[in-house]
Order: sequence, then C-alpha cells, then structure tokens
Amino acid sequence: MNISLIVPCFVDQFYPQAGLDAVKVLERLGMIVNFPTAQTCCGQPAFNSGYWNEARAVARHQMAVFRDAGAVVILSGSCGAMVKVFYPELFQGQPEEAEAKTLAAKTYEFSDFLVNKLGVLDVGAQFSARVTFHDGCHGLRELGLKDPPRQLLRHVRGLELVEMKEAETCCGFGGTFAVKFPMISTAMAEVKCKSAIETRASVIVSNDSSCLMQIRGLLDRQQYPIKTLHLAEVLART
Amino acid sequence: MNPHAKQFNAAARSTTADLHHREWIQKALGGYYAKRDENKDRFQSWSSARTAAAAIKQEAITHLDRYLVEFADRLEARGAKVFWAPDAQEARDYIVRLAREKQVRSIIKSKSMTSEEIHLNDTLEREGFEVVESDLGEYIVQLRKEAPYHLVFPAMHLNRGQISDLFQDKLGSKPTNNPGDLTMIARNVMRRKFCEADMGISGANFAIAETGMISITENEGNARLTTSLPPIHVAIVGIEKVLPKLTDLALFLPMLSTAGAGQLLTCYNTFYGGPRQPGEPDGPREFHVVLLDNGRTRLLADAEQRNALRCIRCGACLNVCPVYKNVGGHSYGTTYQGPIGSVITPHLRGLRDWKHLSQASSLCGACTEACPVKIDLHHHLLRNRRNAVTSQTSVPEKLLYQGFAFVMRRPEFYRLAAGIARLLRPMQWLVQGTWLDPLRPWTKTRSFPAFAAKSFREQWNQRKKT
Repeated sequence: MNISLIVPCFVDQFYPQAGLDAVKVLERLGMIVNFPTAQTCCGQPAFNSGYWNEARAVARHQMAVFRDAGAVVILSGSCGAMVKVFYPELFQGQPEEAEAKTLAAKTYEFSDFLVNKLGVLDVGAQFSARVTFHDGCHGLRELGLKDPPRQLLRHVRGLELVEMKEAETCCGFGGTFAVKFPMISTAMAEVKCKSAIETRASVIVSNDSSCLMQIRGLLDRQQYPIKTLHLAEVLART
Repeated sequence: MNPHAKQFNAAARSTTADLHHREWIQKALGGYYAKRDENKDRFQSWSSARTAAAAIKQEAITHLDRYLVEFADRLEARGAKVFWAPDAQEARDYIVRLAREKQVRSIIKSKSMTSEEIHLNDTLEREGFEVVESDLGEYIVQLRKEAPYHLVFPAMHLNRGQISDLFQDKLGSKPTNNPGDLTMIARNVMRRKFCEADMGISGANFAIAETGMISITENEGNARLTTSLPPIHVAIVGIEKVLPKLTDLALFLPMLSTAGAGQLLTCYNTFYGGPRQPGEPDGPREFHVVLLDNGRTRLLADAEQRNALRCIRCGACLNVCPVYKNVGGHSYGTTYQGPIGSVITPHLRGLRDWKHLSQASSLCGACTEACPVKIDLHHHLLRNRRNAVTSQTSVPEKLLYQGFAFVMRRPEFYRLAAGIARLLRPMQWLVQGTWLDPLRPWTKTRSFPAFAAKSFREQWNQRKKT
C-alpha cells in the first residue's frame, strides 16, 4: 500500500528519530512510504489561539499537498485531531468542506493505522523494558485511541506495560497554553511525572511527541532518571 | 491586562506553588472518583443515559418560551408568586422589597449557586437583614467570608482542623477533630436560626414545567427546613433549570447525584409546588419563585454555544479538570468555577473581561468526557477564544499568527524559518533566564529540546538520493 506520511513540524525539527522509526516500521510491514516535502504545519497553534482565518490558510495548504495522496499516516494524535476533527469544523459551510472531510477520512494516527487499518498488533519489535504509556488527550478523547497503542506495546517482546494512575490525565502541554500559563502547565506536568515515576517504569512512551517534550522538559529539569520515547521508536526496535 | 485576568494569574500562581493545597484537593476528590464509577455502573448504560439527558435538556432549552410559561402558570394557579427577573439587580431588588414589606429580620438560606451569582447575601446584609447559610459547607465558607470553593463542595479546601479553629474563633466552641462533633456545633447554632427565621431562601435543581414544581436535591435536610419552617419561601431559579416532565426526574435525580457527588441518590429529593394550601397544617404561607435570566437568553441566542445551557450544575467537569485541581476554586474569581464557568462566564458577564479563562486550558477534554448532559465544553473554550479574537484583536498577536500563516503556506519559507531558528538557538544561552529570553516562560521550569542535528526532511532527502 502507498501511504503518505505527515511528520509534525516540531517532530521534523526536534525529534526526527520518531519520524525515521515510523518509516522503518511502516516499510517493515510492506508499505511504500511517501513524505511530501511541501508539508509544513497542521495550523493548530493558530486554531487553538482563536485565529481561525490564519489556521484555514495553513489548512488549505496542507489539504492541497495531500489532495492526491492515498492513505495518510500522521505521527501525532494532536495534529491528527486537527486534521480529522477540526479541519471539517473549520471549513463547515465553506467551499472546502468536502475536501476537508475527504482528507479527514483518509488520515490515520500512526497506532490507529497499524491496528485498525492494517489489523497488525505484532510489528515484530523487541524492547526489554518496563514501560508506562501516556495518553495524549487529543489521541485519547478526540480520536478515541485508548487501546491501539497499548495493543501494539503488549505485543513487543520483552516489554512490560504498566499503567500509571494518571494515564489519562493531561500532561499540561496544550500548545500555547504551556507558555501563556506556565505555572499551571508545570503543575500539571508535575502530577503527570509523579504518577509515571510511581510505576517504577524506566520509559514513558506516548504517541504524541508534544506531550513528551513537556514531560521530558520537566523530568530533565528535576533530574529524574526516566526515559521518554515515541511509540514508533519502541516499535522500530528489533 | 484586565483586572480579572490579573487576579486569576496571581491566584493561580500562588495556588500552583502551594503543593500542600494541591495535594489536599487531589486527595479530597480521590473518594469521589471511586464512588462515581461504582454508581455509573449501576445505570443500565451510562452512555445512553447521557444521550437521553442531553436530548431532554436540549428540548427544554429549545422551547424555553413554552416550558417556562407552563411552569409559571401551574405554580401561580396554586398561589405562588412568580417574578421574572431580567438581571441580577432586579432579582435582588424584588427580594429586598419583599423582605422589607414583610418586616423580615432574619433569613435562613439553603445552598444556591444562583444566589451566589447575584451576590444576594452581600445585598441583604447591607440592607440590614441577618442571613445564615444552612448547608454545612456553605455555612463554613460564610463564616470565613469566602466564596464557595466548588459548585457542589463549597468547603472542600478546608480540613477538620481549620474548621475546628474557625468554630472556636467564631462560635466559641471547644476544639475537636471529630466530624460528628463539628457538625453538631453547627447544627446547634442552625436549629435556633431555623426557628427564628422570617424568610427562607433556596435555589432549585430542576423546575418541572408539567407540574409547576421545583425539585431540590440535598443531603443534610437543611433545604427542607429552610423551605418549610419560615412563613415565606423564596426560590431563585435560573431559567435554564426547566425540565418538561415530572418523569424526567427519574433520570435526572440519580444522574445529578452520581455525576456530582458519586452518590446514586442524595438523601433528600423534594418537590415544592406552592405555599401552604387550604386545609394544610404547615408549610410557608407565601412562596415566591424568582426566575433569573441574567445573560442566559444571550447565550440562548448563540446557536453554536447554547447547549451550554443544558448544564445541571453537577460539578463533574470541575472534579476531573486538571486546571481546576491545580489552581483551585478560588482562583477563577467567578461564581461558577472550572470548565463550565470558563465557558459560560464570558456569556453571562462579558467576553472582554473573562476570555482569559478560556485560554487557561490545555483543551484536554476531560470535562467534555465527564459531562452528564454532553456539553462539548472544551470545544466551547475554542469558540470563546475565536470570538475573543474576532471581537477584540491584539495587534502583536495578530501579526504573529499572520506571520505564522504566511510561513506555513510556503514550504521554502518554512525551511528558511527553521534555518534561522537553528542559527539563533545556540545564542539563546546569552539571554537564558533573563526577560529577553523568548523561551523564558518555558525554560523557567522545564528544559527545552535542542534542534536535531538534521531535521527529518533533510534526512529523508538524503535517503532519497542514496
């Protein structure tokens, strides 16, 4: 199957390994991966800040880039929610509504694609570690992806998955919220990290690098010896 | 920055720095989660119960004109007086006028957030009336001269020791750590107040159009005394509280207590349909219902956001909100705290002054997931943000997002912008931690990632070449 990959802008710049590993996993499963280099950002920062016209301008660009794509795989629940849930809302009653809905329907978050589109649970990965999974809120609540990442992790050889008490609690990132209200955002991250540490896991895994940027940021500052990895980085290990 | 936003930021800063306070709130809600989940499971299907409840409330608010008139007509037929209050001022004036006319001195109240909304206690006290809250939690915060900390649990921020200290100070009681003893101290004061009161003021959880009754949900029995002992009963009812049929309560009573308090049913659920009827031995001689608009019809006029009027004030969204749990109920500076407060306060009291509450959210959606009447709360926060930008634009921010859109529409500019950021990033240490540091709001408490040596697209392009 030919697929087009969306690598979120901050993953492109800060966490390219997650993107490379996603390609590795998809190719291992026989996918022909295409990365249209004209892609930029999904427009979520403008949308969440209330600048819907500006968000529409960016969304129109992304929709044009992926107009002729087959299945689109996106490496973030949050950017995935932007495309799948909020593009159709942004263009409701506008000429681009149909196109927004078409892109939404053919776009899959990474774990969603593997589990629900390809029907794959075991990607042949091996990773010996005690791992806890953090649900990005958009993936969890906008896209309803509670199970797929966990199903994938449970099939990784050597991996022990332990649930943290606050697995579904927001890490406090929230895009511009993290810098507009840093004190609240940090307090939320503290709750999250404390809960992850209580599991005695050595790695926090998530399908959203933005959450991991927040969690990693606090863990580093408070010098906690616990690693963070994107789901794709775990699934790529053999 | 407007004074309300300033106050919110300052209060949020101080509460988030108070780890003890935050842990207390998390702990106070711990028992609620377990009981809520247990009782949700006693519904045949919580999910279809939510769908049904949302549909019933939507029907009620869509045909508010009909249901409210039906409600008022039925009540008046049994001798109640209904006053339609367009705003807080008129509601307060009506109650003050009534109290003066009837030569009221002492007023007992049962819990009512709608009375908080119109700041009724302040007005009544200023006019020389004695006002006593009879819900234990409300009584405690009244003694402390504080606003309720939570829609449903007004004194949840206080521990037994603090309450004992308060009672010693204000009531001259002996110190005790026993909840039963603390309750008895308050009860001894209150029983006397119930008997002395010339007027009882309550809220209402639901207003039933079909029968012309209000329904009050409580655990302490104080609302029953408030509404039956004094000769005059005044109920303040937000117009969105209406339900079409009496049988709707079969769903809403267990739903309200499950979502709100983790109880399948509260201890008392009482319907009030008018004053003492001929031949009846007791009950108030007068029953007044103040129907309050106070901005609700403005929200009703907004087709996109009117479903926020479905709210039954259960507080479930507060209980799961990570922002509420970390900033606490007093930081908001509003009557209605947490997600629902952030959604409706801009409609009730002005977007310009209250838009910051819609921004103070990570949009995690835990509130929407918890809401028993399926209000898409976090999406309303997004709509408030959009409306705030449309109605009053900040020029620097507008330029920022126009620049963002300009760059993100052009892949070559995106690469250029990333390249410039990469060049500047190593120089960030020069200003790190100072006010010149653009990353300061982030880096004060968190490390910021370094740029990867090569971006994904650079590595992708290289791979293509080889």
